[in-house]
Amino acid sequence: MTTNRILKTGPSRRGFIAGTAAVGAGLMLPAGAFGQTAPKKGGTLRVGLSKGSSSDSMDPATFNNDFMFATGYAVFNTLTEIAPDGTAKPNLAESYEASADAATWTFRLREDADFSDGKKVTAEDVISSIRHHMGEDSKSGIKPLLAQITGIRADGDKVVIFELEGGNADFPFVFNDYHLGIRQSTGDGIDPHSLIGTGGFTIETFEPGVRVELKRRDDYWKKGYAHFDKVEILKVGDVAARMNALMNGEVDVIDRPDYKTIDLLGRNPNVQVVTHDSPVHYIMPMHTDTAPYDDVNVRQALKYGIDREQMVQSVLYGYGSVGNDQPIASTMLYYNDDLEQIAYDPERAKHHLSKAGLSSLDVTLSTADTAFNGAVDTSVLFKESAKAANININVDRQPDDGYFSNVWLKKPFCGSYWGGRPTADLMFTAAYAEGADWNETKWKNERFNVLLLQARPELNHERRAEMYGEMQKIVKEDGGALIPAFGNAVWAMSKNIAMPEQLSEMWGFDSWRFIERWWTA
Amino acid sequence: MHRLQKLILGRLIFGVLTLFIISAFMFIGIEILPGDLAQQILGQSATPSTVAAFRAELGLDQPPHIRYIDWLGGVLQGDFGNSLASGRAVADLLSTRLYNTIFLATYAAVIAIPVALTLGLLTALWRHTVFDRGMNLGALAAVSMPEFFVAYVLILFLSIRFGWFPTLARIDAAEGLGDALYRTFLPALTLVLVVVAHMMRMTRAAIINVLASPYIEMAQLKGVPWWRIIVLHALPNALAPIINVMALNLAYLIVGVVVVEVVFSYPGLGQLLVDAVTSRDFPVVQAVGLFFATVYITLNVLADIISLISNPRLRHGR
Repeated sequence: MTTNRILKTGPSRRGFIAGTAAVGAGLMLPAGAFGQTAPKKGGTLRVGLSKGSSSDSMDPATFNNDFMFATGYAVFNTLTEIAPDGTAKPNLAESYEASADAATWTFRLREDADFSDGKKVTAEDVISSIRHHMGEDSKSGIKPLLAQITGIRADGDKVVIFELEGGNADFPFVFNDYHLGIRQSTGDGIDPHSLIGTGGFTIETFEPGVRVELKRRDDYWKKGYAHFDKVEILKVGDVAARMNALMNGEVDVIDRPDYKTIDLLGRNPNVQVVTHDSPVHYIMPMHTDTAPYDDVNVRQALKYGIDREQMVQSVLYGYGSVGNDQPIASTMLYYNDDLEQIAYDPERAKHHLSKAGLSSLDVTLSTADTAFNGAVDTSVLFKESAKAANININVDRQPDDGYFSNVWLKKPFCGSYWGGRPTADLMFTAAYAEGADWNETKWKNERFNVLLLQARPELNHERRAEMYGEMQKIVKEDGGALIPAFGNAVWAMSKNIAMPEQLSEMWGFDSWRFIERWWTA
Repeated sequence: MHRLQKLILGRLIFGVLTLFIISAFMFIGIEILPGDLAQQILGQSATPSTVAAFRAELGLDQPPHIRYIDWLGGVLQGDFGNSLASGRAVADLLSTRLYNTIFLATYAAVIAIPVALTLGLLTALWRHTVFDRGMNLGALAAVSMPEFFVAYVLILFLSIRFGWFPTLARIDAAEGLGDALYRTFLPALTLVLVVVAHMMRMTRAAIINVLASPYIEMAQLKGVPWWRIIVLHALPNALAPIINVMALNLAYLIVGVVVVEVVFSYPGLGQLLVDAVTSRDFPVVQAVGLFFATVYITLNVLADIISLISNPRLRHGR
């Protein structure tokens, strides 16, 4: 099975920091696999996805699962997209530029982009689409990120200008988000349930929680993309059903294969498992304003008390890598690879305990498998490994239902995960900045917060790298985030489907843009 | 017949009352569950301000009893409202799923009922033979295994090993009735295996019970052929309990297939209900729940009525 697993070698981390050329050592391709055929038109892609619900709707403000991400990216375009090298590149925008202080951004739209009903994309469409997620009564998940926008205006039909409350060098990354597919303006907003988009596919059938059927647009403005004639995405919630359907040839691609039985897929000569590093990380946030976690030595003691290698091997079945208590993934720009890797060290944990004036420590870790797959097993492993450091962890199993409403952000020590964010700034701003809605560690670090504000408008690449490097060090040493592991992106697919040699690795499935990027082998 | 009509009317009134109580319980149940639709839809990315905005849009900021009374008012006028989550009319949302569920249930029932009756009669007739023991053993084995296990075993052999049937019951992709029957054969077969045992054993027990009666002995002494005794003398008198157990199993075929729907990715009402409960979409939960309750109540009332008709003695209190 190793022969048909495509293994991603660790990307050259220095390459990321240098920010040059194509990053990553690329995929190690087994002989006769894909990536070698040129894209060609035709065929049907059938996808089986685990998420998707009958409560899904086309309103981009409510997109919250993979089913809708994949559909959204196929039918609508965003202003920018994340390229395989981890940078943002123009998509529906033809180009963009920042003012010197990075607080005013001018986006120029492509001349040739049009909606599936033939209308050209105008600045008004863009403004209405973005405004849909802003304002008092917005229920959109991207609302917090758009709060930095103080003004949007059009300059003619094809230019949109954004005024920000402060400089932000990463601003173009925001527009890769799946919430921000551009819709048609109705004058005073958008029709959130309209199916008309600028993407490479149009929707033939949309049955929430069951399936969506897409058909290629022959007049797609983006040349060299959208190869399949038809695409069918099915919700197949049961993992065994998903894997069976792939083995039986009823679908071509499935997400979230079961790690325990993944080897069975490899027995089928027509099936391969694809995996690469990803920014998904598992985390056990400690509230740094609550005793005993308000003492940095207690936090350090817990960080040294967990056996990360064991977690990666036994819970993630090797589909992951050890974490270093900071949330920037090795695949991301500005990853700091000079930081020493923290490892299981009960003696060192004891040392930190004694510095905190303790001989032993009793803590309660709230968890549920909703926090992340294997969270309960991880907690029990943690309990066992921490014993050697005189740390007694009481694993408090919570119900899956309502976990993120009742436990997360409320209990002082619990399990959680992040899908990752495309840039260091977005990640830190979402979960580590003082006062952030999702600051799950209730962490306040003055130096960190100063650096965050300094780095954001900085357009000089090297100075940013330095600042983000230091922030990773601060989070690792002072923060309340215990990040034992990063997960891999893993999916399984038929060998009849071909992918480009370089995938965008922000998320799995070519950062969910696979529908317009992949083709029939 | 006057007494029969009164009995039926009484049961119908009682059924409607039960539906009302069930709807109240379901509403309370959803209220008790942690989180509401706004939180569930927005999930981990919810911030207090987006949740508040979403709640206001959905009317979830109203107190629970007001929302319940609003909903009840709508239902009494035949309006089941819109799904909170997708904004689609609940009636639209239900129609395809309802069709799919009924299709699968009918498919399974059409196979299961004659098979169960025949096997029940045969095992009663040849009781304590190898055939009887074998059938009973098989039936007990099938009914003791969890449905998902039966389903996986069927998939493993009929689908993966031999490749005869698809693993995904894609009724939505079916072309024509024949294709639909082919695509949904495995889930139907799973359901048949799950319900046949119960019905067959009840038939067998009821028939054996009747066969011990003096009038059967009389018929035997008069030289009536065995098949006439079973089909014309014993069966009609054993019908009441058989019909009851069949009604229960028919109801189960409609309301109890959630696991089977999940394993075969079948777009029926069960999956819709699970989705709706997960997202706390209460108009959908209420509509599906009421439908399920109605099926149960109707089938039970029907079973009662048929029993009453088939056995006049039941119409009079003892």
